[in-house]
Amino acid sequence: MELHELELKSWDLRRDIVEIIMAGGGGHIGGDMSVLNTLLVLYKNHLNITLYTTADPNRDRFVLSKGHAVEALYAVLADCGFLDLVDIKERFSKFGSPYIGHPNNKLPGIEMNSGSLGHGLPVCVGMALAAKRDGRSYRVYTVMGDGELAEGSVWEAAMAASNYQLDNLCAVVDRNRLQISGSTEEVMKQDSQEQRWAAFGWNVISVDGDSIEALDAAFTAAKHHPAQPTVILANTTKGYGSPLMENKASWHHHLPNQEEYRQIIADFAARKEALLNG
Amino acid sequence: MANKIPNRQAICDTLLKAAATDKDIVVLCSDSRGSASLTKFADTYPEQFVEMGIAEQDLVSVAAGLASCGKKAFAASPACFLTTRSYEQAKIDCAYSNTNVTLIGISGGVSYGALGMSHHSAQDIAAMSAIPNMRVYLPSDRFQTAKLVEALLRDTKPAYLRVGRNPVEDVYTEDACPFEMDKATVLAEGSDVAIIACGEMVRPALAAAALLNAQGISAGVLDMYCVKPLDREAVLKAARGAKVVLTVEEHAPFGGLGSMVAQVVGEECPRKVKNLSLPDAPVITGTSKEVFAYYGLDAAGIAKSAAQLLANC
Repeated sequence: MELHELELKSWDLRRDIVEIIMAGGGGHIGGDMSVLNTLLVLYKNHLNITLYTTADPNRDRFVLSKGHAVEALYAVLADCGFLDLVDIKERFSKFGSPYIGHPNNKLPGIEMNSGSLGHGLPVCVGMALAAKRDGRSYRVYTVMGDGELAEGSVWEAAMAASNYQLDNLCAVVDRNRLQISGSTEEVMKQDSQEQRWAAFGWNVISVDGDSIEALDAAFTAAKHHPAQPTVILANTTKGYGSPLMENKASWHHHLPNQEEYRQIIADFAARKEALLNG
Repeated sequence: MANKIPNRQAICDTLLKAAATDKDIVVLCSDSRGSASLTKFADTYPEQFVEMGIAEQDLVSVAAGLASCGKKAFAASPACFLTTRSYEQAKIDCAYSNTNVTLIGISGGVSYGALGMSHHSAQDIAAMSAIPNMRVYLPSDRFQTAKLVEALLRDTKPAYLRVGRNPVEDVYTEDACPFEMDKATVLAEGSDVAIIACGEMVRPALAAAALLNAQGISAGVLDMYCVKPLDREAVLKAARGAKVVLTVEEHAPFGGLGSMVAQVVGEECPRKVKNLSLPDAPVITGTSKEVFAYYGLDAAGIAKSAAQLLANC
């Protein structure tokens, strides 16, 4: 998909996410906004998955390790035809709903259940290893949060991925610098991520993670890097798109009130309008 | 002649045989291929073996990832580490995501004897049984172990399988090993005491039944290798046909076979149920044989408990 079209779509999907959260009575809105462009670029331009190939052994695999950003995943999966947006809005978080507050693989397009942090990368190491052993060319992707990198299991998997030279594996860190208690640097320092991943034997690409163009280029570069797994450190803005919530830890999980909702939607519309006007 | 083949060896032999034609089988270890008796598998089929290093959480999640891509994953690690350190990985990546992973807990129970509580797994049945969509199996001898692994190769659901470290006396023979998946095996029928045992407690339970019969006490023995799903029908049949029920397990007193049997019997045909198990305390130092004798988990101890239970019913 053309990058300009993706940028326009991003503002529509942000509105969808906020509406899903409003309908469900709450959600991880801050992380949804920081991770959306990563998911959008992946699903539209890089993953070879469609609703009709969810069982194809050659499909690319994606696991949302920061599963709390599920509202962003639902919005993207709906836009790609896997899910029905109207149905999501009607039933998200409701009694008996399949649209749980974290990904579950009973829904089409979702490979693995997640929600507890530090699981996505190890599972993806297994998926990438299966491709290598079977001589298949599919690629494997996961997206983690930056606070998630405090989980030891992430580093067990980082070690194994380079040990087995899984160049078909690409991990993204949604580096929005905030977690539920505040700044990542105050909670547990993360600022040496480039060195840490490099020391574990990974190819490291650091980009502006709010930029669709930069993300698209990074995913393309990762595909062509041999013998090492790639991590994309996506430097993002938590709550991206509305000054009301940008860079505010209190918006990690939040239900906007009506006034906030109207303001956020207006901010998104203004950003889209600005894009349309060139 | 005493059997010298441990149940873990039977797992390797079964997997080796199957892997000759089934290229989807993959075995993972956490620096545990030797203690799991899987070195021969690793050497014979290196393309179907994955070494994860001493990283049990990664072991289980990677197995789940492989399984989600069509592999039949068998992840082997000491039961003490596999079932507690990797507990959440078993819960989410295996059970919740419903992946075709068999977790093989080696050196289970007090196999590691004098190495102490860090290396004992007296909580594994309780821990694994509490996870929805996780099955729990404790085979009693090498022949049943082989049959169980063959059955697990034919299905696609997650399971936990616990075996001990040392060879145990045979319960069955190569030609006479009746096995039906998720159905207990009736080893003896008795009208006084129903002894229900699992894993490597089955053989001493059978010996105890012989001692009891010599004393004029009619003792039945049920090999409940399938702790979850528990064979309720077999439990109830044995309980209904006897005056008291004695369960025997190499496990803590809570949340294991005894708890499950008592739950079923209490619901449907109340009988006095005694649970013979390890204590709710760090286990005394010694070889597993010494430990079993100390806690009355050998033939003489089981027979004594059964006779006392019957006398007080």
